[in-house]
Amino acid sequence: MNFNPDNFINKTVTDMQPSGIRKFFDIVAQMSDAISLGVGEPDFITPWHIREEGIYSLEKGRTYYTSNAGLLELRSEICNYIKKFDLDYSPSEALVTVGGSEAIDLAMRTVLNPGDEVIIHEPSFVCYKPCVTLAGGVPVTIETKAENEFRLTPEELLEKITPKTKMLVLSYPNNPTGATMSKEDLEKIAKIAIEKDILVLSDEIYAELTYVGKHCSIASLPQMKERTIVVNGFSKAFAMTGWRLGFALGNEKIIKAMTKVHQYAIMSSPTTSQYAAIEALKNGELSINTMVSEYDNRRKVITEGFNRMGLTCYQPKGAFYVFPCIKSTGMTSEEFCNKLLESQKVAVVPGTAFGASGEGFVRVSYAYSIKQINTALERIKLFVESL
Amino acid sequence: MDEKLLTIMENNGDLSLEQLAIMTDSTVDEIAKKLDDMRDNGIIRGKKTIINWEKTSKDVVTALIELKVTPQRGEGFDKIAEKIYKFQEVQSLYLVAGTYDLLVTIEHDTMQKVAHFVSSRLATMDSVVATSTHFILKKYKYEGFTFEEEEKDTRQVITI
Repeated sequence: MNFNPDNFINKTVTDMQPSGIRKFFDIVAQMSDAISLGVGEPDFITPWHIREEGIYSLEKGRTYYTSNAGLLELRSEICNYIKKFDLDYSPSEALVTVGGSEAIDLAMRTVLNPGDEVIIHEPSFVCYKPCVTLAGGVPVTIETKAENEFRLTPEELLEKITPKTKMLVLSYPNNPTGATMSKEDLEKIAKIAIEKDILVLSDEIYAELTYVGKHCSIASLPQMKERTIVVNGFSKAFAMTGWRLGFALGNEKIIKAMTKVHQYAIMSSPTTSQYAAIEALKNGELSINTMVSEYDNRRKVITEGFNRMGLTCYQPKGAFYVFPCIKSTGMTSEEFCNKLLESQKVAVVPGTAFGASGEGFVRVSYAYSIKQINTALERIKLFVESL
Repeated sequence: MDEKLLTIMENNGDLSLEQLAIMTDSTVDEIAKKLDDMRDNGIIRGKKTIINWEKTSKDVVTALIELKVTPQRGEGFDKIAEKIYKFQEVQSLYLVAGTYDLLVTIEHDTMQKVAHFVSSRLATMDSVVATSTHFILKKYKYEGFTFEEEEKDTRQVITI
């Protein structure tokens, strides 16, 4: 019998759409002179003191697995560090994961029964929906609005809650919009979560990159610690994307259950990365501050740049993305991105890659040098003027 | 706000007034006035370009010279320092604590000229007791800039 691989691939996986970001950038990769403002990771290299600690751990021969939940010293440092966001956890309520992404996947697989609904606000990071689906859950999306600065409103949330709702994914500071939620905004969401008895998965990977006010975690609000799984990590704050290290914090029972799944799928997170991460948490303050103020400068320049060329762009308060509206050009997001790439060789990501509600917007990353940003802005301006 | 402005300018001398204004939530006029004021009262002393001369055909020799001096009656270190920094060859001059007193950096196009400058100009000064010259063989990092080849952007396409 002829072998047909399609017969062997799980139906859910077959039905999963490839990410819109990937599709677009496969084209960019073939254009040598294109400027990309598409990458969603820091342009900074991991600060040297952190890299050096990783190297030192290798020199010392620390090449074994760690305990499943991660080095106790690291978990203690995480609990100590996270106090800056008014969060109070003990090491037994912490799990070290392979990036924030693994923590998200674990949370879904640990919590969801078939048919459980998970509310996801969009535009948002592309992994939530597939993770829910793979875990047998049903993603339910809420379209956040530009006029609300892409914050989730209590009305929008209430509308989507059903008896099957088990969890809400909150993703602020937000990729791709740069939106943040203030304490007051979160209090309204927390009230609903408590009343309706639902869990919250709060993805706070961009927490350090908050430029206006201070990052507030929903888990810091009364009665919310127990029903929140906080996901955070080292990639964005410490420019450690390639080290693949994140963590989840939550109710001890839920974290234990997540650890069970983690131990069978992953065993333990990379040891070298864990030692480097301890150094990051202990002595990383200066590096964070330097990077944050640099992002902040770029954020202002790029927002101003888009607004001046007539592409309305509200001032993002977090992460390293701006999300200008391109509706005035009369094009769809995908058309805009394709034509911009074709005529001026600048790559940005169509807002639709982050959910249908991203239509009419494009995501522009400012994890690039001011010089690159200025060149790209000039080219985008030429493009818009040529329309 | 002034400190922020100065830090931004210290790290990047290429920014336009307009960009400085955007970054500090200010206006071009305000920034222009601030810069004028800061130049007037000596906070901003100048602006230069960091050049890796090794990459050019021009020969540049830099030397660090430690000077041990005895301050003369009635004129402290400042007076001696002034006599030294007035030479055009002197790039920088520091008063330091430790086994010697003044640290001078000299730039010239040949080692001979540096040596000649030290022996004829510095060593002969009344208050200079001893000199020790260190020729710089290679500059790795200068004023926060590394002189190694910059790594290209190797970030790959990824779904995020």
